[in-house]
Amino acid sequence: MSPEKTKGYLDMELLRFTTAGSVDDGKSTLIGRLLYDSKSIFEDQMEAIKLASERLGEDFINLALLTDGLRAEREQGITIDVAYRYFATPKRKFIIADTPGHIQYTRNMVTGASSANLALILIDARKGVIEQTKRHSFIASLLKIPHVALCINKMDLVNYSQEVFEEIVDDFRNFASRLEIHDIRFIPISALNGDNVVDRSENMPWYLGPTLLYYLENVHISSDENLVDCRFPVQYVIRPQTEAFHDYRAYAGRVAGGVFKPGDRVMVLPSGFVSHIKTIDAFEGSLEYAFPPMSVAITLEDDIDISRGDMIVREQNQPFTGQDLDVMLCWMNEKPLQTNGRYIIRHTTREAKCLVKEILYKTDVNTLSRLEDDKYIGLNDIGRVRLRTTLPFFYDSYKENRNTGSIILIEEGTNNTVGAGMII
Amino acid sequence: MVNYILNHLKILESESIFVIREVAAQFERPVLLFSGGKDSIVMAHLAKKAFWPARIPFPLLHIDTGHNFEETILFRDQLVQELGVKLIVGSVQETIDKGRAIEEKGPEASRNVLQTTTLLDTIEEYRFDAALGGARRDEEKARAKERFFSHRDEFGQWDPKNQRPELWNLFNGKKRIGEHFRVFPLSNWTEMDIWQYIYMDRIPIPEIYYTHERDVFCRNGVWLAAAPFMQLKEGEKIERKRVRCRTIGDITCTGLTISKANNLEEIIAEIAATRITERGGRADDKRSEAAMEDRKKEGYF
Repeated sequence: MSPEKTKGYLDMELLRFTTAGSVDDGKSTLIGRLLYDSKSIFEDQMEAIKLASERLGEDFINLALLTDGLRAEREQGITIDVAYRYFATPKRKFIIADTPGHIQYTRNMVTGASSANLALILIDARKGVIEQTKRHSFIASLLKIPHVALCINKMDLVNYSQEVFEEIVDDFRNFASRLEIHDIRFIPISALNGDNVVDRSENMPWYLGPTLLYYLENVHISSDENLVDCRFPVQYVIRPQTEAFHDYRAYAGRVAGGVFKPGDRVMVLPSGFVSHIKTIDAFEGSLEYAFPPMSVAITLEDDIDISRGDMIVREQNQPFTGQDLDVMLCWMNEKPLQTNGRYIIRHTTREAKCLVKEILYKTDVNTLSRLEDDKYIGLNDIGRVRLRTTLPFFYDSYKENRNTGSIILIEEGTNNTVGAGMII
Repeated sequence: MVNYILNHLKILESESIFVIREVAAQFERPVLLFSGGKDSIVMAHLAKKAFWPARIPFPLLHIDTGHNFEETILFRDQLVQELGVKLIVGSVQETIDKGRAIEEKGPEASRNVLQTTTLLDTIEEYRFDAALGGARRDEEKARAKERFFSHRDEFGQWDPKNQRPELWNLFNGKKRIGEHFRVFPLSNWTEMDIWQYIYMDRIPIPEIYYTHERDVFCRNGVWLAAAPFMQLKEGEKIERKRVRCRTIGDITCTGLTISKANNLEEIIAEIAATRITERGGRADDKRSEAAMEDRKKEGYF
C-alpha cells in the first residue's frame, strides 16, 4: 500500500446509525450483506457462525450470531441487548447500533437512537406500513435522529413493483407528517438478492435514487451538530502544579455546542462571572477554535472559581437556567415511575436530586396519541413528566441541542439508570 | 470557510478522552490496566493527552503472568518512566505461591485464566474503584454488548443480562461499597482504527509487532513462540520463521503471524487484506464458544 493510500484511510468520516426490526423483516440479512460486502466479516467468524447455525438446526447462516455472543442469546435464539457492529468503506467508518425489535424494544431503541445520526427502518414490501414501523419512526423522531433511511425490503417478493413501492411511500408520508423527521429517503431493496444495497438493481430500472450504501456514504452529516449556541460543560479541572506549569489551570471538557475561539468573551454559569478565553489547549498545542464533539481544555484570562458541572457559554446566548424541567421521559425499569418519587438526575456533567412533580400524560407509541387519563409509566413506556431539581440546571430544549437537552434518572439505592429524558 | 468536521480517528479520540476524564471525575481510586499490547499503549497515550500538561492522575496496573515476551517488559518500564506514573505489578506467580490459584498442567497449560484471581486480589488490595481497560467491542462477541462503564459486583462479577442502559454521553458510575467498575474507552474502535491511530500519532510500539526472526512451532494451526516454559507435544518441532505479533498477550497463548511487515504502512496494508480476526490466533478464546463470556463473568479483563 502506498503512503498516499494509507493517508486516505486516515481521512474517513464517521456515521453512527441505528437499526431496529424483528427477526423476519430481513434486518440481519441486510446488515450481514453490508458487513460481508464491505469485507468486515472474517473467515474465522464466518466459520464459527456457520457451525453455530448448524448446531441450532438452522439451514441458513444466521448472521445475528455474529454479535449475539452471550450464552443466553445463543441458547434462546434471541437478541437481548443493543449490539454494536462496525464496518468501513474507503469513505466512511460506520457504527451500527443494532437493536432487537421484540424484547425491551423501547429501552433498546432509545438507547441505540441516542447517539445516532441516522435511523435505518425496514418495511416488508408485502406488509407495508405496520404498527412496528410507526413505533420505530416515532422513536426516531422523538430522539431527533437527523436522517431516516426507509428501506422497503423484499421487493423481489412483489415483482419489483413500482406501484407497491409508491403506495408504501405515500402511506408513510401520510403518517410521518405528524412527526418531526426532516430528511427521509425511501429506498426499494432486496437484502437477500442484494438489489440496491451495494449495487444498483437491474430489476428496478424505474428507481433513480441512490443505493443504500451510496446513501450511507454520502448523506450530509456535517450540520448534525449545533454549531451556533456555545456550550461547554466543565468536566474536570486540570492543575499540573509543576514548576513548568505553576499557575496553569484549565477546564477540560467536550464542546457540547457552538464554536469557541481564543479571545471570545464568555460567561461562566452559575456564577455569572465574565472573562475571555485565553487559550484552547490540546496535547498537540493550542487550537484556533474548538467545536463539537472535540475534547479540549480551556484556559481563561481571569482567575475564577470554576468546578465540574459549571458551564462556559456566551453572555449574549445563554441556555435556560432553572430547577423545573419538562421532559419526555422513557422509562427503563420494572418498577414504575413514582409521582413524588425522588431520583438522582444527571445532565451534561452536572448531577443533583430531583422530585417527580407531575406526570402529564403517557404517549401511546403505536398511535402517537396522548393518554391524559393513563399516568402509569412502566417499563418501556414514554410520557411527559415535570421534574423539580435541587440545583439549577443550564439546559436547552432537546430539539435545539441533543447534548444539553438530555438527562438520565438514576434510582437511589440500586444505582440503576431507570429513565432517559428529552427536555421540551 | 472553515469545515467543522472531524475525521473518524479524531472523533474516536475525543470520545475516549471524554470517557477517561469522566473516570477521573467520577471515581476516587481509578487504575489503568496495562498489558504492554497495542490497545493498552493507545490507552496510555490517550490518558496522557486527556490530562496534559498534568500527569495521568492514576497508576498503571500490569497483571504479570511471568510468561512474557521480554520486549514487552522493557517497553513497559520505559513508558512508565516517560509518563512519570506509578506502576503496580500484580504477579500471577505470587498468587500461585500463596495457594490462591492452581497452575494448569500439561503442554497446553496457560496462566491466562489465573490472571483473574490476581487481578481481583490486586483491585481489592489497593481498593481500586474503576479499572480502565483497552478492550474493544469488535474483537470478541461477548465484548460486543459490554458498556463503556461496566458494573462489577462485590465478587468482581459481570452480569451481562442486567446491564445499565447507556445513553448519550451520560455515564453512570454510581456503585455501592466493595463494587467496582471496568471502563472501556476504546469500545468503538476497531483493530484498523487502532493501527491507523498509531500511524497518525506516531505512537511507539514494541518491536515484536514488526517482522523479526524467531524460533516458533505450530500447534492447532497457530504459530507459537518457543520459550523455556513451553512444552512441545509429540510431532511439534521448532522452526525459525519471520513472524510478527498481531496481538500481544501471555506468550503461551499469543499466536504469531507469518509476515514481512516492517513498518506501519505495511502492517495497515496487511490488516486491510487479512481475512482472519486478530483473536483468531488466541488460544485462550478457542477453549469454547463462550470462553470469553465465562471468563468475563468471573471478573476477567
